[in-house]
Amino acid sequence: MATRKRKRPLSFYVLATLLGGYAIFLYAPMACVYVLSFQGPQGGMSFPMVGWSTHWFEVLFQGTGGQGVGDIPAAFRRSIRMAVIVAVLSMIISVAAGMAYRRKFPGANLVFYSAIASMVLPGIFVGFGIALTFNLLGWRVNWFTSGIGAQLTWTLPFGMLIMFIVLGRFNPAYEEAATDLGANARQRFWMVIVPIILPGIIAITMASLTSSYEEIARTQLNVGTGNTMPMEITGLLTAATSPVIFAVGTITTFVSFSLVIASLLVMTRLAKRRSSRTAQ
Amino acid sequence: MSLIQLKPQTAPAASGKSHLKQATQGHRFDAELVAVTKRYGTGPAAVADISLRIPRGSYCCLLGPSGCGKSTTLRMLAGHEDVSEGAILIHGEEVTHKLPVDRGTSMMFQDYALFPHLSCLDNVAFSLKVRGVATRERRAQARQYLELVQMDHLADRLPNQLSGGQQQRVALARSLITRPKVLLLDEPLSALDPFLRVKMRSELKRIQKELGISFIHVTHSQDEALALSDMIVVMNDAKIMQAAPVREVFETPTNAFVARFLGGQNVLNSNGREVSVRTDRCRLGHATGLRSVEGQIAMIEYQGNIVRITLQTPLGDEMTVLQSDTDYFAQNPQIGDTAMMSWQASDEHILAPT
Repeated sequence: MATRKRKRPLSFYVLATLLGGYAIFLYAPMACVYVLSFQGPQGGMSFPMVGWSTHWFEVLFQGTGGQGVGDIPAAFRRSIRMAVIVAVLSMIISVAAGMAYRRKFPGANLVFYSAIASMVLPGIFVGFGIALTFNLLGWRVNWFTSGIGAQLTWTLPFGMLIMFIVLGRFNPAYEEAATDLGANARQRFWMVIVPIILPGIIAITMASLTSSYEEIARTQLNVGTGNTMPMEITGLLTAATSPVIFAVGTITTFVSFSLVIASLLVMTRLAKRRSSRTAQ
Repeated sequence: MSLIQLKPQTAPAASGKSHLKQATQGHRFDAELVAVTKRYGTGPAAVADISLRIPRGSYCCLLGPSGCGKSTTLRMLAGHEDVSEGAILIHGEEVTHKLPVDRGTSMMFQDYALFPHLSCLDNVAFSLKVRGVATRERRAQARQYLELVQMDHLADRLPNQLSGGQQQRVALARSLITRPKVLLLDEPLSALDPFLRVKMRSELKRIQKELGISFIHVTHSQDEALALSDMIVVMNDAKIMQAAPVREVFETPTNAFVARFLGGQNVLNSNGREVSVRTDRCRLGHATGLRSVEGQIAMIEYQGNIVRITLQTPLGDEMTVLQSDTDYFAQNPQIGDTAMMSWQASDEHILAPT
């Protein structure tokens, strides 16, 4: 094609270099972490490598193996449990709010802006405020009350924004057509709206899952007894003097990538199931 | 394929060729609007006090410029828009405040609104699914309706794998499977290319005749309305300008708006009255006994069997003459020539003031 043969402008090379530099800045340090997590038992926290081993992973999984290393598996379970609950709640509330905002109601703008404003509030003070309020009321902070509540102040605004955009682009003619064909409100929702906005719903759930899993500012004062993963890792960073911390980094990255790949697989399977209905 | 199964539920079989037709139910009109008004907020009415009766088994086109209220009228008939004042009757029964599904109407949307996650077959079967019909039975029925619109070979496709014309056929089948008493079509042909538009409009007319139910079709295209309609309703500015059989609307428009909007007419002043004269009854040149007006030839469009000549009068009005190609080549007028346009007094039709 003629366009292919045209000489590339200078800006192409400038921008390509910039992108390359960005990718190195992003991934090279993490590659160091992955490599160092396989440090030999006698090795330290920096290069050079003193042999290769999985010693630090073993230390990690034994629980309290190294100095300053807490019970990582328990923290992981706590974080995942909370992330799953927060993700499901965010998904349900966001879809409900998105549906509500399809019609105008008095005070709609106020509710909208107050929800969005919590995105820009400094998280540590939101967390502090919640903990303080619980204290004033004489309630105990707990992972399933104040903990989940504090995380929702972080995941919900994003979930709701995504849903407003998804449902804002939803063609109301689909609903009218469904009504015309005799569907009641429930059938309209489950048989028409949900299948069409399903990619958006999955996106909200995955985004809430990951942002809950790595949230610390709002969580730390509200989670009650028992650390979550990010808190454990922050502890490690200040206290640990062994490559265990790199092993944590490697495993965390592995888990995150698994989540991303799993959700992509779900998406492609959905897409495939649609196209597989196509007759040859 | 047995078409008896496809006609509306309310129609018992009659003898002869009329077995496809809607049977007598005692009603004279398939749809009636009685002094219907639609207001949004405090602004001027979108539809102002219109009354209309659509005889049984008619192909009726609501024709008018955009914003004239024709789509709102259709949506009120469908039950997708509340009526501010007045009443709506379908088959003689009042449905003004009924749900769309209880009216016996079915609507075909402008962009078809086929559900993107369902195959053609499941789109057509949707209304049966919400009524709880078993999968096998509803798919079998849906297939019959896809056959009616000649789309059964693509039953398993998703809507986005179909062309515009194919999507429209599926949407039509999806509407017809509800066995409507009246089918409502909102600019159904506007998304198609011109060739397909002509093909699909004859298809619509064929299906309407086969089923014998009324089709109410909103359009802003005069050609479409003339080609399809038994009855044309010309609307402008929230009101009905004229509602009559197609020939009556074309030959005897009530006012200048109808004459101009439908085309095929010159609107001019004759002896102090506003009249319309069909463009094909006007000719270039002058002879005794004919009425005439002088102008300058602004445009000549050769269209094969006929030639369209546009004259600009000194007052700035545009007049059109449709000439046969033989007359045109005999006279051979040129753009910029001064010419006379003439007509017989008996071809004048007096218009009511708008």
